[in-house]
Amino acid sequence: MTIKEIQEEIVDEFALFDEWMDKYEHIIELGKELPLIDEKFKTEENLIKGCQSRVWLHAELIDGKIIFTADSDAIITKGIIALMIRVFSNHSPKEIAESDLFFIDQIGLREHLSPTRSNGLVSMVKQIKMYSIAFQAKA
Amino acid sequence: MTETLDIASIRKDFPILSREVNGHPLVYFDNGASSQKPQQVIDTISHYYQYENSNIHRGIHTLSQEATTAYEEARKTIQKFINAKHDHEIIFTKGTTDAINLVASSFGKKFLNEGDEIIISTMEHHSNIVPWQIICEEKGAILKVVPINDKGEFLVDEYEKLLSDKTKLVAVTHVSNTLGTINPVKEIIAKAHQKEALVLIDGAQAVPHTKVDVQELDADFYAFSGHKMFGPTGVGILYGKEGLLNSLPPYQGGGDMIKTVTFEKTTYNDLPHKFEAGTPNIVGGIALATAVDYINEIGIDKIETYEHELLNYATEQIKQIEGVRIIGEAQKKASVLSFVVDGTHPTDIGTIIDKLGIAIRTGHHCTEPLMNRFNIPGTARASFAFYNTFEEVDTFINALKRAVGMLL
Repeated sequence: MTIKEIQEEIVDEFALFDEWMDKYEHIIELGKELPLIDEKFKTEENLIKGCQSRVWLHAELIDGKIIFTADSDAIITKGIIALMIRVFSNHSPKEIAESDLFFIDQIGLREHLSPTRSNGLVSMVKQIKMYSIAFQAKA
Repeated sequence: MTETLDIASIRKDFPILSREVNGHPLVYFDNGASSQKPQQVIDTISHYYQYENSNIHRGIHTLSQEATTAYEEARKTIQKFINAKHDHEIIFTKGTTDAINLVASSFGKKFLNEGDEIIISTMEHHSNIVPWQIICEEKGAILKVVPINDKGEFLVDEYEKLLSDKTKLVAVTHVSNTLGTINPVKEIIAKAHQKEALVLIDGAQAVPHTKVDVQELDADFYAFSGHKMFGPTGVGILYGKEGLLNSLPPYQGGGDMIKTVTFEKTTYNDLPHKFEAGTPNIVGGIALATAVDYINEIGIDKIETYEHELLNYATEQIKQIEGVRIIGEAQKKASVLSFVVDGTHPTDIGTIIDKLGIAIRTGHHCTEPLMNRFNIPGTARASFAFYNTFEEVDTFINALKRAVGMLL
């Protein structure tokens, strides 16, 4: 599936939830379920420090595709990260660089990408794009 | 519980308190960050712009004179509120941060030398740490830090050990914004004075909640913000003893702070104008006096008593929730309730209860060294004002239980 198709799939999934409560419960579950990053990658270098919560992001280029792993100390942030990884990981640098991030907005979580929230997610999205550009240059 | 105030009628004065957030009635428990404004303050601001607006101190015309009178009357209102000896000891600033920077810069430039020491405490807000770090670095002076105990109390005996002939200034908060601890500032000041050191008190979290008498405390400098005491943002106060303020060089240069200017030599204006360069936040100062009038009308003693009951009630209720750990259990506390819940992150709690209409603060509260002291990334903090109710505390506790249930 393309990055666009995965995002559309997530938007459909979230359309099932009427209440914010159910939406958050789902995100919290996603955050709880996934072991997102190898402890050895939880380094200072991979740390994106927000005022509220911390995010670790690691990227590797394997067979022409970027594999992202990430984590956060806050569970809601971690749940959103799980969604982002589902969207972006395992795609080529070019695809990622050219992609448009729309699902966060459409599932009603825009506030989590607000710069004032300072949870590290905004920087994470920037960082994902940076990796894609950097790996593209390498390829 | 004694109902010392007519909260229902007080709440009617604060229009924002009747709004809804995310489909729920707003419960505003972020007063430590900024308080809400009564209609009286809002009216002063619009009335000023509608009928009085003009620049102060320099105008010959009627409007300017009226605005000047209102601004200088505001200064007197604030002088009486904190019982300063003279109105020219009240310097209008942008806020507490600005006031502390003024002292750090002006005092530091003139009186700080290499090897001199400045003492702060572990529980200081970044705004009472960084200005001192900057001037210490510039002057080769040393910053010393008074430790606290696990309850979050200032350790007076450790403080005494740090005090020496090298101590030039002590800068301590009156009430901790993160822990709620009320520090024994009178004792802190007296001990510093024995060593001939000056003392600046950060009163941002104290003035809205407790009676402050700068002469009784014998504070050399006392700083606070308008927006945390039901006044506007962008205005605050630096109180300083007359003789001290006269001995300090100006902080910023510009209009209003001068007597005469020639290219060869400029002479500075008298207090308070020497420290008020440029057109100030005129309406801010005037509306701050309205906020003071409002507090006076209710009575700061009644406010303190009521908030204390509210804090005690909230503390008892929150302790019933399993896994809750209160950060800051000092004997003497103002209306701040900081906590963590085992296995959860403060920001997750804040996010969920916001969806239920409840505004609290999460994070390090601009006190990173303090968070390091407790070895936590941050706390969730509920901070109360006199317009908050016991019912709101119940709503908050229920929301918190729901959030914890979701997160664990």
